[in-house]
Amino acid sequence: MDMFANNVRDLATEEFDTSTLLKNAARQADARNYDDLFIMDVDSHHYENESFGQIAEYIDDPTVRHLALSKAKIGGGRTNFQPSQIGFQDVGGRVTRYTRRKTEQTPPSPHRDITLARRWMDAMGVDMACLFPTPMLHLGMHPQVEMEVTLARAYNRWLYETVLSEERRICSMLYLPLNDPDASIRMIEEFGGKQGVVGFMVTSTRYRPIFDNAYMKVYRMLEERGLPLSFHAGYNWFDQSMSQLNRFISVHALGFTVFNMIHLTNWIVNGLPERFPKLKVMWIESGLAWLPFLMQRLDSEYMMRSSEAPLLKRRPSEYIADMYYSSQPMEMVHNRKALEVTFEMLKAETQLLYASDYPHWDMDLPSTIYDLPFLSKQGKRNILGETALKLFNIEPVWSEKKLRAREAKARAAGVGAEVGA
Amino acid sequence: MPEIFVCNASDLGEGNVKVVAVDDREIGVIRHKGQCYAYLNRCPHQGGPACEGVRMPKVEAVLNEERQFFGHRFSDTEDHIVCPWHGYEFNLDTGNCIGDAALRLKRYDVVERQDSLYVVL
Repeated sequence: MDMFANNVRDLATEEFDTSTLLKNAARQADARNYDDLFIMDVDSHHYENESFGQIAEYIDDPTVRHLALSKAKIGGGRTNFQPSQIGFQDVGGRVTRYTRRKTEQTPPSPHRDITLARRWMDAMGVDMACLFPTPMLHLGMHPQVEMEVTLARAYNRWLYETVLSEERRICSMLYLPLNDPDASIRMIEEFGGKQGVVGFMVTSTRYRPIFDNAYMKVYRMLEERGLPLSFHAGYNWFDQSMSQLNRFISVHALGFTVFNMIHLTNWIVNGLPERFPKLKVMWIESGLAWLPFLMQRLDSEYMMRSSEAPLLKRRPSEYIADMYYSSQPMEMVHNRKALEVTFEMLKAETQLLYASDYPHWDMDLPSTIYDLPFLSKQGKRNILGETALKLFNIEPVWSEKKLRAREAKARAAGVGAEVGA
Repeated sequence: MPEIFVCNASDLGEGNVKVVAVDDREIGVIRHKGQCYAYLNRCPHQGGPACEGVRMPKVEAVLNEERQFFGHRFSDTEDHIVCPWHGYEFNLDTGNCIGDAALRLKRYDVVERQDSLYVVL
C-alpha cells in the first residue's frame, strides 16, 4: 500500500534558517504546551564580532577607535584586536550552524542579532533571554587593562542602544571590566538603571583574585543597588595547566569549570558571602557536576582548617547552596540518580536558572529541565523562568507567539462557553 | 507494510537528503556513496534533526605495535551521520550512536522501484 508524504523537503536547495534548524525544538514546545509557561534563558549569546565595526564607533578614545576601525576594515588577518583562543567549537563542521549561519537572511531592521534571537527564542519557547557576547568572553585577559575598559564600555553602550532599547524580550548582565575596579564602579553608575540591564557579568577567564580589597567597593555598590553579579565561565588553553591538554574536549571540559571553581573557592573561603550577605551571585556555564565536588571538598577541608576561613559561620556547602547557577551544559545524562542528588544539593528548585547557551555547540533546550521527573511542577516553573524574574527583579515580557496562542485559546473557550450556554 | 513515495530516484543526487513528513514524523532519506538510507529525523539526545547534518567518516586513532600514538585518520570503511545540533554521531549503516550503544536512530528500509524511491514504514 502506498501512502503519500505530507511534505518533502530537499536539503540540497534549502537555505539555512534558524527557525528551520530548530523546528524540532518548536515541536517540543508545542507538545509540552509552553504557552502558559514563562521561560527565561539566563545565558544566550550573539557574535558581537560580526558587529565589530559598529561597536568600534562607540569607542571614546579617538586613537583607539582609529585602531579598532582599521582592524574592522581588515576583518581578520594574523592578529586580533582583543585576546582570542584556539578552539574548535564547530566540531570540525559537524555542528553546522557555525558555518551556515553567515548565509541566513535577515531584514534590514531590526538589528540582525535581534532577528536571530527572536527566531531561536520563538522556536524553543523562550520568552526572555539574557544575551552575552562571544569573543569578548576572553577580554579579561587583555594585557592592557585600559583596553578591557574601553572595549567593555563601547560594547555596553552599543548593546544598550542597538539591542536592549529596541527589544524588551532581550536583557543582559553587562560586561564589568573587573581588572579596573574604578572603571567597574563607573560602569555600574552609568548603566545600572537602564532598560534591559539586569545585572553585571564578569568573564571568569582572568587572573586577578576576586578577593582583592580593591573590589570591595564594587561588590558593595552592586549589593546596595540590588544588582546581581555573575561569573561567566570560559577557558584558556594557554594557561600553564591547561596547556598540558591535547584536545579541545579536554580543555573545554576542564577550562569551563576550573576558572569558576577558583573564583567560587576564593569567594567562599574569603568570607565574601558574610561581607556582602545581600549580594546575589550567579555562576554561569560551568554545568552542575562541579558543585557536589566543590561542596564536599571544601566542607571536608573546612572542618579541619576553619582557622583559615574565620569569616565563615556555616559550612562552605551551605553558602554555595544559597548562590545561583545557570543550568547549561547539564551533565550526567546517563546517571539520573546523580543528577537528582546534584539538584538537591544545590537547592535547584530555588537556586537554579535555565540557560540554553544558544547558539553555541553545547546548547540545552528547555525540555532538559521540563522533562526531569524528580522536579515538582513549581520547581520546573521556577527554574525555567520564575527564579530569574525574582533574581533580576523584573516583570515578564511574554513572547508575541505565546500571547497570540493564548488569545486564540481564550477566544475558542469563549465561543465554546457561549455555545454551551 | 505501507510505503511512502519520496521522489524519483534520479532526483536524490549523491550526498543529498530529502526529508519526508509523514503524519507527525519526519524521515530523512539520504543517498551516500550510491546507497540510500532512511532514518527518523530526530536525535535521541535532545531531538535535533539528525538527518539534516553532515555525513563524515569515523575518526580513528593510529597506534603502532608499541601502542604509541601517531595521530588521527578518517576511516575508509565506516561513515557516520552527525546531528547538526550537538554533533552526536551515529553509524550510517546501523543508526547506532557512537558514544552510547543504548542510543540509536530509528531506521527505515528504502525501496527503489521503477525510478521511484519509497520508505517502508
